[in-house]
Amino acid sequence: MPETMAQLITLAPKDFRSEVKPTWCPGCGDFGVLSATYKALADLHLKREEVVVVSGIGCSSRFPYFLSTYGMHTLHGRALPVATGIKLTRPDLTVLAAGGDGDLFSIGAGHTPHAAARNIDICVLNMDNQTYGLTKAQASPTSLLGHKSKSTPYGVIAQPMNPVLLALAAGASFVARGYSARPKLLTDMIKAGITHKGFAFIHTQSPCVEFHNTFEYYDQRVEEVPADHNPRDLEAAMRLALHPDKFYVGIIYQNERPTFEITAHEFEQEVRPFDGAAYLSQFA
Amino acid sequence: MTTRSEIIMRLGGEGGEGVISAGDFFAQGSARTGYHLFTFRTYPAEIKGGHAWYQVRVGPNPVRSMGDGVDVLVAFNAEAYFNHKDTLNPDGVLIYDPDTVTPAGGHKTVYPIPFNKIAKDELNFFRGKNMVVTGAIAGLFGLEPSSLEGLIKQRFHRRPELLEQNLRALYNGYDFARKKLEKQDPFYLGEPATRVARLVLSGNDAIVAGALFAGCRYYAGYPITPASEILEGMAKELPKLGGVSLQAEDEIASIGSVIGASFAGAKAMTATSGPGLALMTEFLGYAGMSETPCVIVDAQRSGPSTGMPTKLEQGDLNHSLYAGHGDFPRAVIAPGSVGDCFFQIINAFNMAERYQLPVIFLSDQSLSHRTEAVTMPDLGKIKVTDRLQPSAADLKNSHFQRYRLTASGISPMSVPGTPGGMYVAPGLEHDELGHVDNPLESHLKMMPKRQAKVEACRQEASRDCCARYGDPDAKIGLIGWGSTEGAIQEAVDRARAAGHKVAALHPKVVYPLPFEEIQRFVDSVSHVIVPEVNFSGQFARYLRTEVDVHPIRVNKYAGLPFMPREIYRKIEEVANHA
Ligand SMILES: Cc1ncc(C[n+]2csc(CCOP(=O)(O)OP(=O)(O)O)c2C)c(N)n1
Ligand code: SF4
Repeated sequence: MPETMAQLITLAPKDFRSEVKPTWCPGCGDFGVLSATYKALADLHLKREEVVVVSGIGCSSRFPYFLSTYGMHTLHGRALPVATGIKLTRPDLTVLAAGGDGDLFSIGAGHTPHAAARNIDICVLNMDNQTYGLTKAQASPTSLLGHKSKSTPYGVIAQPMNPVLLALAAGASFVARGYSARPKLLTDMIKAGITHKGFAFIHTQSPCVEFHNTFEYYDQRVEEVPADHNPRDLEAAMRLALHPDKFYVGIIYQNERPTFEITAHEFEQEVRPFDGAAYLSQFA
Repeated sequence: MTTRSEIIMRLGGEGGEGVISAGDFFAQGSARTGYHLFTFRTYPAEIKGGHAWYQVRVGPNPVRSMGDGVDVLVAFNAEAYFNHKDTLNPDGVLIYDPDTVTPAGGHKTVYPIPFNKIAKDELNFFRGKNMVVTGAIAGLFGLEPSSLEGLIKQRFHRRPELLEQNLRALYNGYDFARKKLEKQDPFYLGEPATRVARLVLSGNDAIVAGALFAGCRYYAGYPITPASEILEGMAKELPKLGGVSLQAEDEIASIGSVIGASFAGAKAMTATSGPGLALMTEFLGYAGMSETPCVIVDAQRSGPSTGMPTKLEQGDLNHSLYAGHGDFPRAVIAPGSVGDCFFQIINAFNMAERYQLPVIFLSDQSLSHRTEAVTMPDLGKIKVTDRLQPSAADLKNSHFQRYRLTASGISPMSVPGTPGGMYVAPGLEHDELGHVDNPLESHLKMMPKRQAKVEACRQEASRDCCARYGDPDAKIGLIGWGSTEGAIQEAVDRARAAGHKVAALHPKVVYPLPFEEIQRFVDSVSHVIVPEVNFSGQFARYLRTEVDVHPIRVNKYAGLPFMPREIYRKIEEVANHA
């Protein structure tokens, strides 16, 4: 981050907008996440060329196309491995990963805990709409018990996954929650997540107005994390995540520890160019 | 009795008994003295115990395959004797411990040596049995013990008491062979033609070395036989060079992170075997579509499914050629020998970077784990290619054209951090800017653009990768791919020595196939034989789709490489029927 005000570049949130118009349905929760991201990047004085936004597949994963930064629109569920390769190669870049509940907790669920356990400095924007938007309204791993959808006409009979609890259990060093309908708080969470040195997981309720409109449901349940909550207390964080009817938003957990990409670059004190002849002579 | 200066020796016994290390010491000592060699080993499927064997073929002239049969069998136990006695050539030598093995008889030469007794009773050092064996075979077949002494000193220099015990065991075995046995066989190494020290390395060693030389600075992999040594080598070496090696959570993550690293500017690679390549399939298409360079090593092993994980098969050609949905550019390269692994992996990186596509590198179990003695490559002569970077003018446009339409199909690729170079690497069909809003119109332009790179790649492959081996006026032609190159060439040599007109072609780039060169070769001969280590003849069938040819197939699927005579027999058969 720049040292003095003189060095600060000031871009407006709109400068992070690409000329590609979002294809989302009017009113989709993902718009809230996108504008909060524009604002967070501008507020943090980041340069467009030093940000990479990586996503999987889904409505929410269209995200990178709408930013004027570098980006990768990869495969369903695979944003985190790709983002890991970027961050390990270029620790200096700001790396964001965006994905839906299906993307990060169904098809990509094998990657999420590993990225968290490594504590690689990636900020994850999980846009949870408790349904599959892009494939039109099938049940998702976070759909509630009994949820009727085209793929579950008799109602969902698997317990919904709890992304915040899973992220905490896997070792994410920053876990926060947001809600598309609370853009200011969401902006703050994204700023805190990007600034956090380590794996930052931001779970956002981002309703799908087309197939599963939950705005009203969450309007009634959203509550800010209590003022006396200690975000370094993992058990307290888990209790917030497990609350049966309240949907707590804010920073739920934060505890910095060494990041994977920095440690992996510090195994050797001295880095040398490759000396082919010397290397091969070990086989002589 | 004329001396035979080339020896095929096989050592067999219980895993952990020192079978492998005795063979390895003998092989390394020979290479230091200037001999050529080719080793082959199998691992028992069990972690501890189980039957293990090691074979080394050594001689003053280049050896390019495991050879035919076995000249010297060293049986550590009865199981080894019974498993391998039938591979022993008629004039072969049997070495065994009379306390554990009772030979069935009928062997030309036998040398009973009480390895166990010597190690236990005379030396009071049972673990030194392998060294007694090493000393005895050195004594019998003319390898100077001094060449072994240096190796042992190197191995045990931190443990003086072990060093002393091992040296004693070595000389004890050596003296036993020299003083107590009467030499009755013709095998004796004698003086090598030239006393140049050669590098002794495995295919996996050569792949790591070549990748580092080519500039690979990011590696990710998930452990799998027979590719794990590449992960282990990269994990050790890359941090010294400012690179990173990641043990990923699975093969999907491995290739995903490799593609991310490449997007971020690193030359990047992953290595796996068949089951892992199957998992990587979807990402191959993304690398092709987003035009992100990457190298994927598939150390093939015997399938299908988990198959015979420690055994050889060239069974993943179809998968490498066709894996993935839709048409996308790729290259498939298959090295012919351990030394070739070094050069071809560099070629793989060069192609990946130059044409911005995924390159699958098809090595196999026999290349992964066998060692060969190779001469030090002339590193100054090796070309290393980097990807096309955008010019200052390219970056001045209001929008960077990452997928600009060009004659060669190759467009400049910017690296994050570069102002003006921003783009999104799309899996969706896209235009020159990478924008995805007009897919149909874009598809009509971008399919030919991506395919143009394949044609450019094919032309390069035609220039570099197709040297003819053997008679210019051959009647019989052999076409092979991958690790069979040495066995094919030795079969050709033998057939020519027997008066047949024979030649071989061995393309290293199998996709895009240099089909014009191959057609020319096919047209120049009357019969074409295609040997490969798989059941269905994947390469032979592939050739029929690309070239006008009716190949005569030779297929082996016994988990082991070809012996030259298995190919030679086919040449004779064809010659006699012609
Ligand atoms: C391998 C693979 N399987 C299935 C699909 C089809 N598919 C695309 S998006 C999606 C689910 C989308 O749900 P989610 O990840 O929650 O994102 P949303 O669209 O709700 O934002 C599926 C199943 C795919 N693209 N790739
Ligand atoms: S379908 Fe749902 S998730 Fe997709 S854009 Fe429309 S509202 Fe958003």
